Amino acid sequence: MANLHTTFAGIHSPNPFWLASAPPTDKAYNVNRAFEAGWGGVVWKTLGEAGPPVVNVNGPRYGALLSPDRRLMGFNNIELITDRDLDLNLKEITEVKRNWPDRAMIVSLMVPCEEQSWKAILARLVDTGADGIELNFGCPHGMSERGMGAAVGQVPEYIEMVTAWCKQYSKLPVIVKLTPNITDVRKPAQAAKRGGADAVSLINTINSIMGVDPYTLTMSPSTGGKGSHGGYCGPAVKPIALNMVAEIARDPATRGLPISGIGGIGTWRDALDFIALGAGNVQVCTAAMVYGFKIVQEMADGLSNYMDEMGFTSVEQIVGKAVPTVSDWRYLNLNHISKAFINQDSCIQCGRCHIACEDTSHQAITFEKDGQRHFEVKEDECVGCNLCAVVCPVPECITLRDLAPGEKDLRTGRDVSDKHADWTTHPNNPMRVAN
Amino acid sequence: MSTTHPDIRPGRLAAADYAQAFADASPRFTQAQAVLEAERCLYCFDAPCATACPTSIDVPSFIKRIADANLRGAARTILESNPLGGMCARVCPTENLCESVCVRNTQQGKPVAIGRLQRHAVDALMESAQPQLFTRAAATGKKVAVIGAGPAGLACAYTLARQGHDVVVFDARPKAGGLNEYGLASYKTPDNFAQREVQWLLDLGGIEIRTGWKLETTAQWDTLRQDFDAVFLGMGLSSTQKLGLAGEDLPGVQDAVDFIATLRQTPDLSTLPIGRRVVVIGGGMTAVDAAVQAKLLGAKVVHMVYRRGPEAMSASQAEQDWARTHGVVLHHWLAPVEIVAQDGHVSAVRFADQAMVGGKLTPTGREITWEADMVFKAIGQTLGNPVLSACGLALEGGRIATDAAGLTNLPGVWAGGDCRAGGLDLTVEAVEHGKQSARAIHTHLTRA
Repeated sequence: MANLHTTFAGIHSPNPFWLASAPPTDKAYNVNRAFEAGWGGVVWKTLGEAGPPVVNVNGPRYGALLSPDRRLMGFNNIELITDRDLDLNLKEITEVKRNWPDRAMIVSLMVPCEEQSWKAILARLVDTGADGIELNFGCPHGMSERGMGAAVGQVPEYIEMVTAWCKQYSKLPVIVKLTPNITDVRKPAQAAKRGGADAVSLINTINSIMGVDPYTLTMSPSTGGKGSHGGYCGPAVKPIALNMVAEIARDPATRGLPISGIGGIGTWRDALDFIALGAGNVQVCTAAMVYGFKIVQEMADGLSNYMDEMGFTSVEQIVGKAVPTVSDWRYLNLNHISKAFINQDSCIQCGRCHIACEDTSHQAITFEKDGQRHFEVKEDECVGCNLCAVVCPVPECITLRDLAPGEKDLRTGRDVSDKHADWTTHPNNPMRVAN
Repeated sequence: MSTTHPDIRPGRLAAADYAQAFADASPRFTQAQAVLEAERCLYCFDAPCATACPTSIDVPSFIKRIADANLRGAARTILESNPLGGMCARVCPTENLCESVCVRNTQQGKPVAIGRLQRHAVDALMESAQPQLFTRAAATGKKVAVIGAGPAGLACAYTLARQGHDVVVFDARPKAGGLNEYGLASYKTPDNFAQREVQWLLDLGGIEIRTGWKLETTAQWDTLRQDFDAVFLGMGLSSTQKLGLAGEDLPGVQDAVDFIATLRQTPDLSTLPIGRRVVVIGGGMTAVDAAVQAKLLGAKVVHMVYRRGPEAMSASQAEQDWARTHGVVLHHWLAPVEIVAQDGHVSAVRFADQAMVGGKLTPTGREITWEADMVFKAIGQTLGNPVLSACGLALEGGRIATDAAGLTNLPGVWAGGDCRAGGLDLTVEAVEHGKQSARAIHTHLTRA
């Protein structure tokens, strides 16, 4: 069993799996159960100002994108921050942290964009024993209408300002949680760093409407006939989150800033994707809400076995390992040639590769040979686009083969070059630079 | 059937157990099961299952519609190609047709359950508030006679009626449905499905059923040809093959098709007598249906005996397994040589062991005898209607000769189903015959 202990922004936890600030971390009862199940840390559901708490709707707060057999692919919520009294939350946070000293206890915060408000709430945390704070600049529904959450996260200047207040009025590590509802995630991350943030976490949820009831023609989920957009998360958002994590990880302005990866993580493989693309740990919500807290055990065990197999002795050794492989399109080697290859021994002859290629791509896969059903790549047409491999139902049946330098590309009739040549120097590029 | 023999008696089961014994052979999918199974379909290009279907149902399309919560659309896809898609879903040997070529066999060792999914979609439609999908085209004023209300005749009549022609379907039996009503094991089509399907077909309009009518004279034939613009013959096979053995007419010996027909028309199966020891002679689906139902009625020992090897049986592997599962003892390479009598009633059947020697079935000299108080013969059926030749119809191998679309040697006369020469004797093929002939008849009738 590999050592999964992580230190993230100075915060220790026995494994890199934290529960994200969300309904599962709303109160002591849930968090105690989470720690019993083995979660390395929690980000307590966002606290607001002292005084009357927010109220939630008492109708559907969640919606989902399901496959026809009802596997959850995407998830949507319109819950606000905690609707429980601040004092009660602080009391429970204190008790839980006391009972679970080895687990990370992060408190998520969201108060109005005023210095006094932040100063006041930060003062209340001092005696809780919390290990850090996370600034909720991401909540895209409800709170953003009141000038908080994503409304802050969409304005880099506000991020910088509030982060600086938090650093000024608290000794705790500050994690800034970013919204994906922006055009360039590097800007808010840079702002957080300028404000002194110890880390960023991302992504928060994406603005979403799940659908329409076909018989009432009402958007869903709806509360008594009306709905508002929610925040989208779950497996479907993972690729979006991975890109944003990688963008921050490879941005020279934020390089080295710890990143807590969030977005559709449900398995150790998902976690590994985030870690390899620059996340120092990960946060999970949807998967726990679908399967319960126990899934952390499968995630930890899977990551541990992977690390043993690969010879990694700490999570840190994996963090950002894949970041140098993330580049801009213009630097991709245009001399590289791949061709799809169909393993006839494992082909089940469904023909999906053929029809996908024939109808929508390059007409590079046969459908018969000698009058028999037969699917084979026509290398003189194949551009190596990978569509066939993606639609093939059999794992590893269709693979992309890299042509070796000197080998002939039957599509162009040219030999594959061993030289790198990308768009920056390509003759078709009017802005090319001399190479 | 004589019930005087002490070992032939009704009520071998407790009254309450009959319903269970003859319950649906293939339980219905729940909606959840159907969607899960539909999700296994890969929506293959040029799908092998659709090619394997004699009626060319677009299988991936109907399965996708089930997965998309569009059961009505799924049923339309099925019934557009096969108006008897509900019955075919129940009785098709799918393991030899669509499911045998499903690519999931290769990948997972288990095909998509196409037959059960088809049944799910058609049942849902037929049980819905608006079970009709199709409407008739404007009336053409043309009249077509269909002889035989079995799968071929019904498919032909339905297809013609949709095109605006008026159809009269004649049948010798009291009920329409043919083998669907009289010739299949009860557990394949429980809950009176054959009649429900006939009713669904008739609800289209334009089809009149006249039962109790049998083609017996050339005068009837001449009248038909005069009164109708076209004729479709789909009367099936009305006679059975003889064993040609001594004792064949003894009390206790009967045709399996008659036993099955009687069983299907017996509302209370506890009143139906069955022997203690039953021997079924034959290797087809009728033999299996008779043997299994004899066992289900409470026969102690049922031997099903076929004169060749298992691979030559026309009962599919699944049918053979089904028989074994129900306790039927299957024997191969045994030819009956004598029906043994005792006190004027069958008491045993003596068989000669055979082997294939130089491509010929040859007795090995060994013999075996099984006691039997009932014997069912299921060795094939024949056209058995001499008037057809008298009417001028050309026959081929004892059945009606036609072209690919079912046209006989007589102009304006088509034939399909089991009575047509050169077929597979499958329900689904009969449906296709009826459909293809209807299209040809439509072309014939609407030609300028």
